[in-house]
Amino acid sequence: MEHYNMNLTLKIWRQKNVNAKGGFETYKVTDISSEMSFLEMIDVLNEDLINEGKDPIAFDHDCREGICGSCSMYINGKPHGPWKATTVCQLHMRAFKDGETIVVEPWRANSFPVVKDLVVDRSAFDRIIQAGGYISVNTGNAVDGNSIPVDKDKADKSFAAAACIACGACVAACKNSSAMLFVSAKISHLALLPQGHPERKSRAINMVAQMDKEGFGSCTNIGACEATCPKEIQITNIARLNAEYLSASLSSDKD
Amino acid sequence: MTWKQMFTSSIGQKFVMAITGIFLITFLVVHVGLNACIWANDNGEMFNTGANFMASMLVIRIMEVVLFAGIIIHTIQGLVLTAANNSKRKVGYAVEYGNRGSKWYSRSMGLLGTLLLLFLIMHIYHFWVPSRLGGIANIKPLQEIDYSNGLGKQYHNLYLEMIQVFQNPLIVILYVLGCISLAYHLMHGFESAFRTIGLHNNRYLKMLRHLGRGFAIIVSAAFAMMPISIYLGWVK
Ligand code: HEM
Ligand code: SF4
Ligand code: FES
Repeated sequence: MEHYNMNLTLKIWRQKNVNAKGGFETYKVTDISSEMSFLEMIDVLNEDLINEGKDPIAFDHDCREGICGSCSMYINGKPHGPWKATTVCQLHMRAFKDGETIVVEPWRANSFPVVKDLVVDRSAFDRIIQAGGYISVNTGNAVDGNSIPVDKDKADKSFAAAACIACGACVAACKNSSAMLFVSAKISHLALLPQGHPERKSRAINMVAQMDKEGFGSCTNIGACEATCPKEIQITNIARLNAEYLSASLSSDKD
Repeated sequence: MTWKQMFTSSIGQKFVMAITGIFLITFLVVHVGLNACIWANDNGEMFNTGANFMASMLVIRIMEVVLFAGIIIHTIQGLVLTAANNSKRKVGYAVEYGNRGSKWYSRSMGLLGTLLLLFLIMHIYHFWVPSRLGGIANIKPLQEIDYSNGLGKQYHNLYLEMIQVFQNPLIVILYVLGCISLAYHLMHGFESAFRTIGLHNNRYLKMLRHLGRGFAIIVSAAFAMMPISIYLGWVK
């Protein structure tokens, strides 16, 4: 891969706080290496801003290796930018050409209010997890890891669903601001394993109730979430979520 | 979990869409089959006797009420869901995410459904109203026809009504547009309905995708050919 440097024009959403009215600011960055990650490019810009005595751009990031799910930027009209199955921290500047203009926006959804600049409040996801994304286990000595037999195919599907990093890109991409890909990944992860069975029904009912309460939209199976998900969570999980929820709510004897 | 909680939840509302949608699909099968009888080229005998036979059965009379209820519930629930979903992002994006990795018709179910609704109002006015309400107040009843030289039974000549309505090229065009809306509505809706009711086996979903697309195209094309073939004088 050939290495090159580039000059770019950035249009970045700036917003002081939740209540402030935000707007785009235009910045020029020069001599950006094609080997940098997108976040490192923003770091360079922020250093310049700090040196000029200005407020640096606020953005979420933590692991910078594509596993924590905190980085979140809507780049040129796509959550996590132009590459498939990639988080912003793993997006490299070789995805862009010299002289390009890049527009960076925060995730947009009523349930993800902008806290500052590109940082949005994703605690709605935490509350959905708290509503049912757990299992019961006995305390005491650790049990033997393989004491409960698990079908290989189910284990694989569960593992694939467990790869969801709760980044929220699915909500950001969806025209309905639906969180169903995220919720379906969490539900599938636990419903496919025997360990998840004690709370299987109440989990589906409670997580969906919380999802609705948080104000996310409902899925219309268009597939924008699957296309944008950095962890390639499959939309089939949403159909599984529907099955889990419908059978739980039809057979539930709690009132 | 009360029924109310279930049917007002996001998934519960989608479930209503899917069940009514699948019901409307089964109705289309019967409808297209019966209407295809106009191509028997027997001055509408097969079609009119078939339609009359249907109208004389109690089950069909009951299903007619269920059908109207189904369309109304599907429409209201569809518009409610579309409005709710559209309200979930008050501040939009400056750069739109082009195709969102999805098909335009998948993103336009509300619009396609509204076009279908307009079409259905016109369609019901053209055929259902004179056939069922003809004679009441000022509504002109359908003509009667007898296929056995004045000896046999009198049938509502719904066939003649079709021939007359489809002499107007504008109406033919509106019907064809209605059929195109139906085709796209079902290109997405057929498979989507099964996902909504929880079918998640990839093997079946793939099968249903092909079945759904085939159904959407073949059924809509068959419906569209009815006004076209009558207008062009291919039906005798
Ligand atoms: C012959 C007439 C119709 C048939 C066969 C039909 C069939 C369907 C089917 C199978 C679905 C998929 C349900 C799902 O994804 O779970 C659907 C969705 C939908 N329909 Fe219809 N429909 C018809 C008429 C209408 C009308 C008149 C409207 C009026 C507005 C409408 C509005 C919608 C909407 C908004 C959706 C999307 C709902 C969603 O994806 O959550 N449809 N339809
Ligand atoms: S499903 Fe994918 S896009 Fe949605 S939160 Fe999980 S990792 Fe992110
Ligand atoms: S910073 Fe952790 S996934 Fe990007």
